[in-house]
Amino acid sequence: MKPFDYVRPATVAEAVAAAALPGAVFLAAGTNLLDLMKGGVSRPDRLVDVTHLDGLDQIERLADGSVRIGALVSNADLAHDADFARSYPAVAEALLSGASAQLRNAATVGGNLLQRTRCAYFYDTASRCNKREAGSGCDARDGENRSHAVLGWSESCIATHPSDFGVPLVALDAVVEIEGRGGRREIALDQLHRLPGDTPERDSALEPGDLIVAVRLPPAARGFAAHARYLKVRERTSYAFAVVSAAAALRIENGKIAEARLALGGVAAKPWRARGAEDVLRNVAPTADAFQEAAWRALADAKPSGDNAFKIELARRIVVRALLLAAAGTPARIPALPASPFAATSGAIHA
Amino acid sequence: MNHSISLTVNGARRDFVLDDPRVTLLDLLRERLHLTGTKKGCDRGQCGACTILVDGKRINSCLALAISHDGADILTIEGVARGDQLHPVQAAFIAHDGFQCGFCTPGQIMSAIGMMSEAQAGNDPERIRECMSGNLCRCGAYAGIVDAVLEAQGHMDESNQRRSA
Repeated sequence: MKPFDYVRPATVAEAVAAAALPGAVFLAAGTNLLDLMKGGVSRPDRLVDVTHLDGLDQIERLADGSVRIGALVSNADLAHDADFARSYPAVAEALLSGASAQLRNAATVGGNLLQRTRCAYFYDTASRCNKREAGSGCDARDGENRSHAVLGWSESCIATHPSDFGVPLVALDAVVEIEGRGGRREIALDQLHRLPGDTPERDSALEPGDLIVAVRLPPAARGFAAHARYLKVRERTSYAFAVVSAAAALRIENGKIAEARLALGGVAAKPWRARGAEDVLRNVAPTADAFQEAAWRALADAKPSGDNAFKIELARRIVVRALLLAAAGTPARIPALPASPFAATSGAIHA
Repeated sequence: MNHSISLTVNGARRDFVLDDPRVTLLDLLRERLHLTGTKKGCDRGQCGACTILVDGKRINSCLALAISHDGADILTIEGVARGDQLHPVQAAFIAHDGFQCGFCTPGQIMSAIGMMSEAQAGNDPERIRECMSGNLCRCGAYAGIVDAVLEAQGHMDESNQRRSA
């Protein structure tokens, strides 16, 4: 690991100033950053430790019905907050389907969103990777790429974003609060992660020094609590990243879908909101046929980036399954195997 | 530049001067305190052999910078027995052959202790397997590990009932 300077700012403003310098990065739990630094993938000159900052580890219910999650709340604490899990069940299920219990205890809300891709060529410093080293090329393009992107990719990068948490969040219109050199601002989570285009080295819309201080779910996000699921296909049942995942949330009134929310994970460089599919489902009955049509719409622009055409069909089926499960109703308890299509208690219906 | 930190390790306060911020909690425990029960398996957060409790919660000590955990309360495998009296999870691992080579065992036991305090698994074997998935056992002693955790969980439930009765 390359040597680095360590600083522990006392305030958010100090943290922003310290991290705005070239070569500086924020350190939260470090569960992804330290791994990247050990492998020489990330080589910062300075770590700005934000874990001792006050006021960033609260889950607050705001008067208008939204919830504000501090950036340092751990993935486990958020998933196990009973009121949060009841109000946003798909978010809790997604959190519990990610990583291991040890990592969820450490990993933070902000860190989860800013984790880097797990593309093997990004991790292998002997490979060419435009995300790790701008302009060097992409060895994934002609390499082992069955897990890579099928939406939003470019010739310069076919990596996917690995977060589970971000998938239901983007479906529920989450907002990211950012403290930067110009003060406080906020952007939709959907605008946080960038598609690769010609500049895959930039993962996000954040500028130097920008610190995510909180993630907010708007009041309307609660309206989906009765019909919300996260479903995730993995290479093994637990402790694995998504091959494909989907968050589905429905507001059903008088036997019809008043509003649908749908997002996909493991398919693109960002959690992928499927707005076209949501439009298909407005004011229709929650039937398998309607969900099939929505799934086709969700993947209409998908194309393989390598040996991964199977992911397109898999994603369609996961979308249909997630919507069927959501329509059947959020289970009283999160299944023993969170988000698993193989969970005994999922009540899954083959589409 | 030197950095001073203090930790509570297995109940005792320890002060350290770090001349390099790169040291992980895992390396600090093993190299500075010679508490070598906490194992270095993959050193990349994938195997769980380095699991310890920090402020009561299980984490991978290989992915935690010591300097960032200034003031933390740490429990390692060396701190779970009371003298010669094994922790119930340790005793259950012996009773159920929850290991073969033993390398992953300290991490398995610390993870099980952490899992029981999280109260997310209960006595459901499927939940135990899910909640212990961050601890790999290359010998494949998983069946014994699940049995051991089930028994320890049962003992804990019983003693909780006695306390509340």
